[in-house]
Amino acid sequence: MIEIKNVQYIYNAGGDDTKEALRDVSLTVQDGEFVALCGHNGSGKSTLAKLMNGLIEPTRGTVTVDGLVTSDKKNLFDIRKTVGVVFQNPDNQMVASVIEDDVAFGPENLGLPPAQIEERVQWALASVGMQEHRKGTPFRLSGGQKQRIAIAGVLAIKPRVMVLDESTAMLDPVGREEVLEVVTRLNREEGMTVIMITHFMEEAALADRIVVLNRGMVAGEGGKEIFADRALIENAGLELPLSARVAADLRERGLALDGNVTLPEELINALCR
Amino acid sequence: MKDVSFGQYYPVESPVHRLDPRVKLLASVVYIVSMFFIRKFTGFAVTAVFLTAAILCSRVPLGKVLRSVRAVLFLVVFTVIMSVLFYSTKTEQPLWAWRFIRIYKKGLINAARMGLRLIFLVLGPALLTLTTTPVELTDGLESLLKPLALMHLPVHELAIIMSIALRLIPTLTEETEKIMNAQKARCADFDTGNIFKRAKALLPILIPLFVSSFRRADELADAMDSRCYRGAKGRTRMKVLKLHARDFVAAFVMLALLFAVLLLRYNWFGWAFIGVLV
Repeated sequence: MIEIKNVQYIYNAGGDDTKEALRDVSLTVQDGEFVALCGHNGSGKSTLAKLMNGLIEPTRGTVTVDGLVTSDKKNLFDIRKTVGVVFQNPDNQMVASVIEDDVAFGPENLGLPPAQIEERVQWALASVGMQEHRKGTPFRLSGGQKQRIAIAGVLAIKPRVMVLDESTAMLDPVGREEVLEVVTRLNREEGMTVIMITHFMEEAALADRIVVLNRGMVAGEGGKEIFADRALIENAGLELPLSARVAADLRERGLALDGNVTLPEELINALCR
Repeated sequence: MKDVSFGQYYPVESPVHRLDPRVKLLASVVYIVSMFFIRKFTGFAVTAVFLTAAILCSRVPLGKVLRSVRAVLFLVVFTVIMSVLFYSTKTEQPLWAWRFIRIYKKGLINAARMGLRLIFLVLGPALLTLTTTPVELTDGLESLLKPLALMHLPVHELAIIMSIALRLIPTLTEETEKIMNAQKARCADFDTGNIFKRAKALLPILIPLFVSSFRRADELADAMDSRCYRGAKGRTRMKVLKLHARDFVAAFVMLALLFAVLLLRYNWFGWAFIGVLV
């Protein structure tokens, strides 16, 4: 469980070029949840990702992972074993020139015996469907494949929480689909807690809970019903998912649609009724 | 784009490729040392036989190995010419003399010896880099230098720096190409003008490259921290280097070469036929 309590974060605190990224954020993520954190550029969503595994310390407030405070350096190793982060650019997350060596990096840091590392590398690559590339180099792969390797690299540590910091932003639609599929499966089948940071609302619609960030504050949170609140989403500088937007436009023009509409199938069902 | 991170590695399956990188590194050191003990041309002949056998075992085409000499060809030619021209002795009549230049027979032999030594010095290590990936070399080096860690030398850190550098080469090459294309699209000219002009034209490439490298380094550091990295502390490796029978055979062959070279030079047993050899 991750608990974020009244967190403020100021870049360059004490310097002369300070920038407040988070004003006052409180958020709790339970085990096994799939949460989407949405916000436009500069809303503080990436800062939040770095706070969750102690890459940065909050200026005020506390972040705890399973009861361990991230501001205590002694806890960092255990926190990072629990919370894995996949970043935006897959090229900047690879440590080795051979895929299996890169995936092995995490378990090697945990100090596991070689046979167990081997096993985890195999398992992690299989989980993202990349086992046949094991001995290859990441440079010849597509963006989506590279990002799946990055996910495997984090998976091999066997964290219980995976944070994806705009991990699909640099990918083409096919690559995005590949990554989202892996992530949803990990959540549904392996019970992994997933925190997905994104500004694509179509992606956010996959989550159980959606948290909207605006100017360093939580502007709203809830299930898919949040998309019914068009003003909230658009004030946060975001766009409703296409189906929800169509539904909202139709409602504004006086068509009575029943229920929540976020996914294309739901729109079709609502229209055909 | 050529994959620079693999250096000049020649990817085939062979007994030489499969040798432990530590054995290959140590063998290269022994080889280099033995080259300096060679006096007689027979010594070079023995080395040539050894090297040819090794190249045949490695299944790397002979031409590929010989090509590595090209890089030092100028040095070889220069050294040979200089040592022929400036050799002087009082015990021998010059073969040929013109103004202040005197060419002696001994000078020619000496120069030939030097040239051969340089060529063989390049060929041995070339076989090492052709049959070993940079990653294996780094792992081998880290393992060999481990004793130095006891003297608080940051061996692990150096090894990880090296492997990250290797990993970043293709990424940075790609980035350089991108920046160059972006500048070319805005009419930058890299191909004409004198050397100063060209060097100046490179500045608008180097600066963005520098900036982005720092940004990359920052992100990579975050990614490494996120994956529980804390230096050498408590770290294990997936691939543990293990010596096999073939490694001992290779080491034995290498030592045999060293022994042959030393024997030819010092003739410990006073064998008459060695005295006759040139």
